[in-house]
Amino acid sequence: MLLGKRGFELVERCALGDAMEINKDLIAASSTPIVLAILAEGDSYGYAILKRVRELSGGRMEWTDGMLYPVLHRLERLGYVEARWEVAESGRRRKYYRITSRGRAQLAEERRQWQAVDATLRGIWSALRIPVPAGDPVWAVPLPQGA
Amino acid sequence: MSSPENAATLEAQIGRWRSYLERRQAIRSVDVAELEDHLREQIAGLVEAGLAADEAFLVAVKRLGELDAISREFAREHSDRLWKQFVTAPTDAGEPQTAVRTDAIVAFGLAVAAAVAVKVPALFGLDLNQHAGFYLRNAGLFVLPLLTGYFVWKRRPDPVTLRWLAVAFIAAAVFANVYPFAPHVPGSSTHDPGNTEMLTVLHLPIALWLVVGVAYAGGRWGQVSGRMDFIRFSGELFIYYVLIALGGGVLTGFMALIFESIGVDIEPFFESWLLPCGAAGGVIVAAWLVEAKQSVIENMAPVLARLFTPFFAAVLITFLGTLVWTGRGIDIERDVLIAFDLILVVVLGLLLYSVSAREATAPPGIFDVLQVVLLVSALLVDAVALWAIAARITEFGFTPNRVAALGENVILLVNLAWSAALYTRFLRRRGSFTDLERWQTNYLPVYAVWAAIVVIVFPPVFGYI
Repeated sequence: MLLGKRGFELVERCALGDAMEINKDLIAASSTPIVLAILAEGDSYGYAILKRVRELSGGRMEWTDGMLYPVLHRLERLGYVEARWEVAESGRRRKYYRITSRGRAQLAEERRQWQAVDATLRGIWSALRIPVPAGDPVWAVPLPQGA
Repeated sequence: MSSPENAATLEAQIGRWRSYLERRQAIRSVDVAELEDHLREQIAGLVEAGLAADEAFLVAVKRLGELDAISREFAREHSDRLWKQFVTAPTDAGEPQTAVRTDAIVAFGLAVAAAVAVKVPALFGLDLNQHAGFYLRNAGLFVLPLLTGYFVWKRRPDPVTLRWLAVAFIAAAVFANVYPFAPHVPGSSTHDPGNTEMLTVLHLPIALWLVVGVAYAGGRWGQVSGRMDFIRFSGELFIYYVLIALGGGVLTGFMALIFESIGVDIEPFFESWLLPCGAAGGVIVAAWLVEAKQSVIENMAPVLARLFTPFFAAVLITFLGTLVWTGRGIDIERDVLIAFDLILVVVLGLLLYSVSAREATAPPGIFDVLQVVLLVSALLVDAVALWAIAARITEFGFTPNRVAALGENVILLVNLAWSAALYTRFLRRRGSFTDLERWQTNYLPVYAVWAAIVVIVFPPVFGYI
């Protein structure tokens, strides 16, 4: 099962990607609003949620795929989302998630908090006037806020 | 894009990945299904992007992340899962919920039937207090046919086996009730069971337990694994039964307390209803619990066996040491044989349940050495006792109790002596552990046959005393 050169490149790109090293705590803290916001757009399932995260962040926010599911289960336990099993067009059973009214309330609350953090950071960045080094667009990526 | 054989290897890879994931305690089968759906979609996407199927599989698995890390996250989110909870109704979608419910309904129906069966003879004027002997002799027959019925319903054995099970119970009912047993105190009205009657009371359930075993194994009685499963079942059943009895004791105490406060004595109700009916029904409920939870909760009997093997070994060695050091002989009382029988039974239990949980292919370890030490010390203790008894057996005379106890002692001694030999062979890597398993499971009918002999032959030989 040797990968060809092309395969390796793809592995590199897909698995490690152009993801930035975003601090674990930051990922953990932002996962709830991101997932809730994506589900607020419409019911979805794990793989599609991850795809949407990648799209929104332009590939810069890379989650370990498996880690999404415990997050979804936590949101389910807290009553922010509901899950149901459906048979997808592929014929496989698939678990879909839907945001609940409590989830929407939580999303609004998270959004308020993140906006406060964001506003504070923006303020301090502009006051510092330190140029962000090119090619390191960490700070340039707007966090998705309930898109 | 992918040829059929590529698809087949992919399926095999996914299957391996799934079985690896399923071993994680914190990840349930529904979660595995969810993750698998993810994996497959990821693979499909990558294949579309131009990867070969096996490459796509590798990438997809890698993207899912380290299994240990995922498992840890799942465990953090579902910490309750590390405590295996006993739920009778599966919450996971897709499991046969109706089958579980039917099983519970049948088990509880049979438990109620057993409880009722205990009270049926009272309708024919056989009162529990007046005819204690009748109830004691038939104790097994109130419950065990129903327990057997439960397993017949679950395992559906072939008609020949079914016929033999029925024959065994009918024969048991005949031998329990046709003999003209003499009361313990001649002429007394309360009818305390006499010697041979008491032997029947004690041995009939042992003989019938084998019948339950045949029904439990359901066609696998001929195999070592089938009989070993029955041994495991028996141990767990015993533990569950003790727990249920403890719960029943608490319930009764509580009842007595609150009813006493309003001046109502519950003792008559307890003696003639709660205790006999509860004891009968409890057996079936315990059996159902063992069946329902066998893969959910770790078996307790092997845990207890492992825990207590060192202690029992220490006690027996200390006893032998004291015997040699002080030069005392064993004070042979009339019932001392029974005490030594019980020691052998306990040692056999420790051995049996350690064997039942041991991986047969694992190499010998320190615990195996300990087992042999326990076996040898038990054999030495028993040999000392037998030697002391043999010297005085003529003086005491051959009463039915003594012959029965002696027979049991010999049976257990033979079993443990050969087990010690097989175990030593295994320790010296001259034999395999399965020899010991086979020996133990093959020996099971011996106990039942001896018990049957005591029930059938002893009363007429000893004149029904």
